[in-house]
Amino acid sequence: MTTDPRLSAHDLTLAYDKRVVAEQLDVRIADGSFTVVVGPNACGKSTLLKALARVLKPQSGAVLLDGQAIASYPSKHVAKQLGMLPQSPIVPGGIVVEELVGRGRFAHQRLLRQWSPEDEAAVAAAMRLTEVSDLADRFVDELSGGQRQRVWLAMALAQQTPILLLDEPTTFLDLSHQFEVLDLCAELHEQGRTIVAVLHDLNHACRYATELIVMKAGEVVAQGSPAEVMTARLVEDVFAMPCRVIDDPETGTPMVVPADRHRRRASRTAEAARA
Amino acid sequence: MTAVLAAPPSSPHRKRGKRRWIGFALALTVLVVMFALSVAIGSRTIALSTVWQVLWHPDSTPESVIVHDLRLPRTLLGFGVGAALGLAGTVMQALTRNPLAEPGLLGVNLGASTAVVIAIAFLGVTTATGYVWFAFAGAALTSAAVFALGGAGRHPTPERQILAGVSITAVLGAIVWAVLVLRREAFDRYRHWDVGSFSDRDSGTVLRILPFLAAGILLALVLGRQLNALSLGDESATSLGAHPVRIRALGLLAVTLLCGAATAAAGPIWFLGLAVPYAARMIVGTDHRWILAFAVVLGPALLLGADVLGRVLVAPAELPVGVVTAFLGAPLFIALCRRRRLSSL
Amino acid sequence: MTVLRAAGWSVRVHTRALIVGVVLLLVALAVALVNLTTGDFPIPVADVLRSLAGRGDAGTDFIVYELRLPRVLVTLLVGAALGASGAVFQSLTRNPLGSPDFVGLTTGAATGALIVLLIADGSGAQVGAGAIVGCVVTAVAVYLLAFRRGVQPFRLILMGIGVSALLEALNSYLIYRARLNEAIAAQVWLIGSVNGRGWTEVVIVAVAVVVLVPVVVYFGRDLKMLALGDEMAVLHGVRVERTRAVLALAAVGLSAGATAAAGPIAFVALAAPPLAARLSRSPSAGILPAAAMGAALLCAGDWAAQNALPGNDIPVGVVTAALGGVYLTWLLFRERGARR
Repeated sequence: MTTDPRLSAHDLTLAYDKRVVAEQLDVRIADGSFTVVVGPNACGKSTLLKALARVLKPQSGAVLLDGQAIASYPSKHVAKQLGMLPQSPIVPGGIVVEELVGRGRFAHQRLLRQWSPEDEAAVAAAMRLTEVSDLADRFVDELSGGQRQRVWLAMALAQQTPILLLDEPTTFLDLSHQFEVLDLCAELHEQGRTIVAVLHDLNHACRYATELIVMKAGEVVAQGSPAEVMTARLVEDVFAMPCRVIDDPETGTPMVVPADRHRRRASRTAEAARA
Repeated sequence: MTAVLAAPPSSPHRKRGKRRWIGFALALTVLVVMFALSVAIGSRTIALSTVWQVLWHPDSTPESVIVHDLRLPRTLLGFGVGAALGLAGTVMQALTRNPLAEPGLLGVNLGASTAVVIAIAFLGVTTATGYVWFAFAGAALTSAAVFALGGAGRHPTPERQILAGVSITAVLGAIVWAVLVLRREAFDRYRHWDVGSFSDRDSGTVLRILPFLAAGILLALVLGRQLNALSLGDESATSLGAHPVRIRALGLLAVTLLCGAATAAAGPIWFLGLAVPYAARMIVGTDHRWILAFAVVLGPALLLGADVLGRVLVAPAELPVGVVTAFLGAPLFIALCRRRRLSSL
Repeated sequence: MTVLRAAGWSVRVHTRALIVGVVLLLVALAVALVNLTTGDFPIPVADVLRSLAGRGDAGTDFIVYELRLPRVLVTLLVGAALGASGAVFQSLTRNPLGSPDFVGLTTGAATGALIVLLIADGSGAQVGAGAIVGCVVTAVAVYLLAFRRGVQPFRLILMGIGVSALLEALNSYLIYRARLNEAIAAQVWLIGSVNGRGWTEVVIVAVAVVVLVPVVVYFGRDLKMLALGDEMAVLHGVRVERTRAVLALAAVGLSAGATAAAGPIAFVALAAPPLAARLSRSPSAGILPAAAMGAALLCAGDWAAQNALPGNDIPVGVVTAALGGVYLTWLLFRERGARR
């Protein structure tokens, strides 16, 4: 890879006020990839995502979009290229689902172009894909956590950006909805979008990602396809968690099976007692 | 949760405990110093040794008369009012889970003011003795009204309680202005009371408000554990075996007693109820038993300090203590807010 | 929600909000007309209209143009300015209590005016200028104090409360040390009143409204994104800090203009936006309906102030506070039944 991809980060120092989360961070998001960022809690994955989406200004270094610092573009231009589903957005009181999803079209609107037919089509499509069409007239603050998460996803989709960042899109969802959202991401990926997602579940990550970024304590420790990257050694290194990595019987992708620490410890205690 | 409870006290815990005790000792020292200064300093400064002597052996020297008839009652009043307002603010913030809640915002102070204005304008009351009872009744009625409006029985949200307070404040404010516009002579007396001051309150004032103060302070201090439970949210509090509705009722009773008594005695002193719990939380964290204990010490320390400063700054005249507290408290409050992350709010 | 489209342009109209806004405006104008007819010397509606059309007799013209029209216009414009300013502040701070009264502006304006009244012995337009300076200085101070890698809305309210506590104390001290008759004059100003306002005041507030309301409406479109949080707003292409600074400054200007003309009138800025939103059944009813609601409220308030106590022209600030308070109380009672 000699040419830069559309989205990349160079020598980032990321910090909240004075608490430095990551230093000298370099990340390249391969065009057209489904990149999944994994790592233990507080390793800086969400912070990285925020920096890529220009929500968090890096203390030094730069995020480049199409070879130019992302901060140098007009804000609405970026908003048409890159969308993100944040972790915990604010729900304003008294707003209905359709209206909220409609706000995802903001970057495409102007003073005298407030609601074009494209806006309408994009909102309808986003709501159909995330299966929230039936909820159109419901108040967002009265929805369940799972429904709400899908509404936020719909809003991000309505933005119709070629690059989509998702910060833990499967939280609050039950198992089947988790996979529906991931399937939807895969579908969007196949349509040609670049997807970057932070996920907690390593097996989900291995199944869906074309590219994994593994982070630990503010550093990228591995990047590559799940098959290359996901080894028992790495998991033990990064998560301090002994495990076996086997082939997923469904997909053939790596599957992490945690070692049975609890029962092994119990049997060891029992042995000790016998002895 | 259980794991945390079962774990032995780790070192950060112990560190915090130590910090609390040191902080408490410091605060107590400051309070004692302020108390002494308040008795000693004034338009006629009296040496501390003399104060000490005439304190135990009253005689007919001017020093003795000043200490016993003027300074001591005034200092005790400041002590009581400071403790009351500090505690009232703490309880109110805990009840509404809103760090902005304070007796002023919830209309309790203005309730007392309104009653006093009506007393001055229509009932011809002119003495501080007379104000006491009206202010107390006003505060009690307003707290009851705020509580009833804010959703007494079921789920009173912080916003609604504040909103209830604001609406009542507006109505009361309108009554006050209307009365003052109609009765100009009452306005003159009111403006002196309204500014918040200890200077022209007679020496019996402390005694008159003492029962209410004592009851309010006791009630507030006892509530610490319950307020801790409440801070986790109504549902968690219920599952821990607490009764949110009962806690709120008791808390509001305490606030009424404290604010009514304090406002009656000293006029509406704003801001102490906001600043004291804030400062206390900075030192001790979130445990309300500690915050309340600190409020009892920090409130009077701040108020007495402000009063002394008011006597020194523009001597031989005096700045009303309400003005000084605001001028001291506001920048402190601003600095504290700037330093702190507001994520928990 | 209705969408009007023509040649690639499209405008989205919240139908109910539009109707509410128009109805409120008509109500405000109707009450304003009634106010033109009432006073020490009642004039029939027909004569007032004739005079407004430029065909009245000299006596009626004098009363209408010199005495009553300025007052009525000040009422309308101040109401609109307060309504719009309140709507902006409440959305910016994401808080129903984030009105100009609460972020310290009104208190700052009062301090400015009191200093002119009580220390510099000024009067009339000087007091107005003092109020504007006080308001703007306070606003800038609050904003700077709240600024720390961007302005967090909640911190803005906290700083406002801190600063207004300070100024409140200063105000009551200024009144406390003043001579009684000066103190009374200051007190009347502090309540907020449109009694005896002339064309100077009309011009002050009219300039504020004409210049700043379009600004506020233009940038107001970003408010619905800011309502979703700063992150979300950035993601969708809002330049958060710039938008917030422009909107805040414009709202301060509106508030300052209104206060300079009529004194710190309580409660209109606080109550008008939620009332308008409630009537139009939309959380983002917008700034214009709030402005219309403000104008209607203040006109109705002034009518009540003139007629409540016969022979006593009480300041309109007393009435707005009472009306607003009563309404909010009723609202709370109703919500208790309706919600949950």
